[in-house]
Amino acid sequence: MLAVNFLLLAAALFCIGVYGVIARRNAVMVLMSIELILNAVNLNLIAFALMTGAVDGQVFALYVIAIAAAEVGVGLAMVLMIYRNRKSIALDELSEMKG
Amino acid sequence: MNALILAADDISVAQNVGFGIIAALMIFAALSVVSSKNVVHAALWLVVVLAGVAAQYILAAAEFVAVSQVLVYIGAVMVLFLFGIMLTRAQIGKEPGLNNTGWALGIPVAVVLFGLLAWVIIDQFGDDVLPDRGPTPTVLLSDQFLSIYIIPFFALAFVLLAAAIGAIVLARKD
Repeated sequence: MLAVNFLLLAAALFCIGVYGVIARRNAVMVLMSIELILNAVNLNLIAFALMTGAVDGQVFALYVIAIAAAEVGVGLAMVLMIYRNRKSIALDELSEMKG
Repeated sequence: MNALILAADDISVAQNVGFGIIAALMIFAALSVVSSKNVVHAALWLVVVLAGVAAQYILAAAEFVAVSQVLVYIGAVMVLFLFGIMLTRAQIGKEPGLNNTGWALGIPVAVVLFGLLAWVIIDQFGDDVLPDRGPTPTVLLSDQFLSIYIIPFFALAFVLLAAAIGAIVLARKD
């Protein structure tokens, strides 16, 4: 198998995730797009671990998985709090901090 | 650019075919995640993407990471997402206003970014063949975790604890 297969698939997933982050207005959908981006990075790490034969890439991928779980927990708690206060999770309405 | 020609004749064809099928399914599912009009459907398409990533890990000889992916992402994170969706909206079904007004701006950004990334990747790794390795022994992973990566491991445990406490504090009613 070629390295570019994995790397191009990861690049495609990453770009789709970036599009989702830019285009989506719903906060939960933006969090899902961030998950796409994190998984793309993990695919790269695993591909490079296979290429070099060292397992460090797999260790990093496991760290990323754990951090992503923590990020989703905190992110969804924040979304819930925003929803409770405003009855909406549209991100373009959250403009109080704009200067 | 001879990567595509090499892909057929080089090593195990079955591996390449499996990779291609799973990759096409993953791309389609990822596009559905970012374009679906229904939040619940988007979450279920995300399950397809995450399962595809786990399958690719197995193809890349990373079994332990694949199992962790299934446990953590498909098991835990998706349940969190479904709870988040259920707790933040009332109706099931199509929902207007999921996209920003300037959503079309994302398309050129993503296309240009992919073009740049693909150019760099093909330029740098165009001919590199991934070696055929057997499954990674989990002993190797645990040796790494408990020797040179022990400090990040403890830091990670602390981050998870802080995130759990933070999520509870944020989501509490009073």
